[in-house]
Amino acid sequence: MKNTYWKKNIRYITILLSLWFIVSFGCGILFVEQLNTIQIGGFKLGFWFAQQGSIFGFVAIIFTYIYLMNKLDQTQNK
Amino acid sequence: MDLQYWIWIAVGLSFSLYIGIAIWSRAGSTKDFYVAGEGVHPIANGMATAADWMSAASFISMAGIISFGGYDGSVYLMGWTGGYVLLALLLAPYLRKFGKFTVPDFIGDRYYSNTARSVAVFCALIVSFTYIAGQMRGVGVVFSRYLEVDIITGVLIGMGIVLFYAVLGGMKGITYTQVAQYCVLIFAFMVPAIYISFLVTGNVIPQLGFGSSGADGVYLLDKLDGLHRELGFHEYTSGSKSMLDVFCITMALMVGTAGLPHVIVRFFTVKKVSDARKSAGWALLFIAILYTTAPAIAVFSRTNLIETVSNQPYKEMPEWFDKWETTGLLGFTDKNDDGLIQYTADTTTNELTVDADIMVLANPEIAQLPNWVIALLAAGALAAALSTAAGLLLVISSAVSHDLLKKMVMPNISEKGELIAARIAATGAVCLAGYFGINPPGFVAATVALAFGLAASSFFPAILLGIFSKSINKEGAISGMLVGVTLMLFYMLKFKFGWFGGGTKSDWWFGISPEGFGSIAMIANFAVTFIISSRTPAPSKNIQELVANIRKP
Repeated sequence: MKNTYWKKNIRYITILLSLWFIVSFGCGILFVEQLNTIQIGGFKLGFWFAQQGSIFGFVAIIFTYIYLMNKLDQTQNK
Repeated sequence: MDLQYWIWIAVGLSFSLYIGIAIWSRAGSTKDFYVAGEGVHPIANGMATAADWMSAASFISMAGIISFGGYDGSVYLMGWTGGYVLLALLLAPYLRKFGKFTVPDFIGDRYYSNTARSVAVFCALIVSFTYIAGQMRGVGVVFSRYLEVDIITGVLIGMGIVLFYAVLGGMKGITYTQVAQYCVLIFAFMVPAIYISFLVTGNVIPQLGFGSSGADGVYLLDKLDGLHRELGFHEYTSGSKSMLDVFCITMALMVGTAGLPHVIVRFFTVKKVSDARKSAGWALLFIAILYTTAPAIAVFSRTNLIETVSNQPYKEMPEWFDKWETTGLLGFTDKNDDGLIQYTADTTTNELTVDADIMVLANPEIAQLPNWVIALLAAGALAAALSTAAGLLLVISSAVSHDLLKKMVMPNISEKGELIAARIAATGAVCLAGYFGINPPGFVAATVALAFGLAASSFFPAILLGIFSKSINKEGAISGMLVGVTLMLFYMLKFKFGWFGGGTKSDWWFGISPEGFGSIAMIANFAVTFIISSRTPAPSKNIQELVANIRKP
């Protein structure tokens, strides 16, 4: 029982950390030039990710993890 | 009303608030003093963490640095926020479950060794002292600029206030003053930002405003790219640093953030494990409000500055230009004697020097905001500097009274004795920090990068592996930390201070700057830890059970 809890936790962490890497290092640094060819409103997309999007992404990632873990904790208590 | 009166009122009111909170939340036990009795609500802890984290540098300097660096400034925006994801997912919940008072506590217990504890104490002290000297200096500068007292008086007033609530209240006092300080600083940062965004773009949300167009219908960022090209600067939305360097700096700042002891220790103050996760989320949300606004301010003020000064007659400059020229933050020398201001990337023809701090400090004047907004900004900058200084102070005092004294030198010290020792250590630390604030060592700016590099190359791997691996032993962790820290110190001393033969940009290893080298030192730490651990005996059953236990909810 305990083991499945830890395994699920590790799976959540792996998925969410991949997203963390994609929004910041991926979109904001490695592929910034390619994304900069796309313009939305006044923003070049790569630049937007580097200075705004990545931060919004980080907040969303943490709150997703809080939600997932609270649910997982509840199944443990039953 | 006169500006000076407004400033005295704003600063006086906010300071009395902090003192009032300190008296209300005195610490009665070491648990109160170190971790606020473990009873802080996650949202309050989120605010306190945000104030703890956002220093005078975030408040005053960051928008200006981005404003001059453009895309290059993104490393700070991503680096100083992304670390919270690592904290929330990888460190905070487990350290809270562990349930001790300090970071060296965890390292010492998990790696069953006082050597490991001593290395951790050493790193915690270096990182915190580096940081706190900068904060006290910030307090002095704000006082001298806004209240027209000299820097020494400013530092002394700041020391007095921090001393009062940190020594009296410990973590409990610090936490609740930080909540108040967050409210003051975010209000002070947002009011001018919203006003300027509305003035320039007609949009009250700065985050959207800087992607909109000005009165002439051209998108602000496109206009700024054009202005930069004309004047010979690199385009605002593309950088001048190599991609690898940007990658490494961002990584070092993120991992360093997650490894900073004064940030980690905040998560020891909540009631339960799920609250540690929650407060990391709230902290980042509160930080994000300022961090997503800063790049907007950077764009507004950059455009504003270039359009106001470039090729304009010096005689027709607005009033704020004179005022900031006398402070030395703006400088103009008419090299070709034409009476016009030439502002270019070429240092031989450039006639204007601008200090990055001016972008936030002079904003209200440039936008002609009322005096009370300027007063608010002064109170906000002080709140940012004091809150960070207090958090660091606590790490220093607990490292001395708890980790050194109680855990190593005098294990039989009474609860009361430890509390007295903690207060004495805090007092000593304030005095030392004040001394460095008054006589700043020339290396303060250079060593901030060192603080992150050190945290990334020492604490982060040791804590992470301590939680996620049962087989890492003390030999591995200690040699890993020592290799990481030594490598980082060596690189820093070589390229920042010219020791070991010095070197210039072209000598950087793989083209990585000292700011980004923390990433490499961290990888070295991981590698050494794994190799040594695999060749030495695994930790005992007790330690493996301790690890299994902190993984349970």
